[in-house]
Amino acid sequence: MKPWLWLLLLCFTWPVHANEAKPLADDEVVEQRLIKIAEEMRCLVCQNESLAGSRADLAEDLRREIRAQIRQGKSDQEVMDFMVSRYGDFVRYRPPVKPTTWLLWFGPFLLLVLGVGALAAVLRHRNRIAPDSPLTPEQKKQAEALLRDQP
Amino acid sequence: MKKKFNLWFVIPLLAFVGLVAFMAIGLTRDPHLVPSPLINRPAPNFLLPQLHAPGKTFSPADLKGQVWLLNVWASWCVSCREEHPVLLRFSRTHAVPMVGLDYKDQAPDAQKWLSDYGDPYTLTAVDADGRVGIDYGVYGVPETYVIDKTGVIRYKQIGPITPEALQQTILPLIAELKK
Repeated sequence: MKPWLWLLLLCFTWPVHANEAKPLADDEVVEQRLIKIAEEMRCLVCQNESLAGSRADLAEDLRREIRAQIRQGKSDQEVMDFMVSRYGDFVRYRPPVKPTTWLLWFGPFLLLVLGVGALAAVLRHRNRIAPDSPLTPEQKKQAEALLRDQP
Repeated sequence: MKKKFNLWFVIPLLAFVGLVAFMAIGLTRDPHLVPSPLINRPAPNFLLPQLHAPGKTFSPADLKGQVWLLNVWASWCVSCREEHPVLLRFSRTHAVPMVGLDYKDQAPDAQKWLSDYGDPYTLTAVDADGRVGIDYGVYGVPETYVIDKTGVIRYKQIGPITPEALQQTILPLIAELKK
């Protein structure tokens, strides 16, 4: 094409504005609740991703399932129970406090107590091997002399 | 002068050995094996069309009173190929019925797969949208459930059934459940 024709054509352009992106979900309230629930759950396929963020097929299916349950009027707790009854406590990023998870929840505090105990024992032991021995009069005199000599 | 051996200096070493032991045990465990909460719970019920006879349906209730296996598979599943010879060998023993659950698959692909490689299943139920898979807590095919006479799930194999798993775990369990 000839350059002048290009220029002519360019005269006939008009601005086109992009529309604001439509939200992906039809129902924003459902979607907000879905995200809130799904962020609390682990994707079982990619275990370091939340269910909300994962692009795994299973995560897609589970989100669809949760969305359907929200539409049916189930509470967040009911949806959570549904998931836990199928995939176990492992799906929850915040595992419940129960006998099998006591070590998980209280283990760090147990370690802290043990550490403080060990520290206290070490310090007491150190005091015992280095008893408070007062200086002899001779040493005292020497120390005072040294201190006096300080400029 | 011989110094007294101080026990306190050994403690960091012991702590380190303990830490290494924990980590070494951790390395032998597969983090992808998530224990199923469905063990010793009734197998979730469903009603699905059969792959070879779409007019007919299958429900776990049909096999009440029998020990059976539910094997979740798909034609797109790579590890299912690995497991397949084990399943074929198992099916030839006619020990117990084995139902295939064709998970999120296309019927023609699944049918071709079974005719190409052999069909070890008593029958195959079609879970096209994976909804039944969710009820069974399926998160990675293949998965296999051993279900007892009362319809309770007694064991779940996550990932392909290895010859060892079959010999050492599944077959003894089946023998015990059949009593």
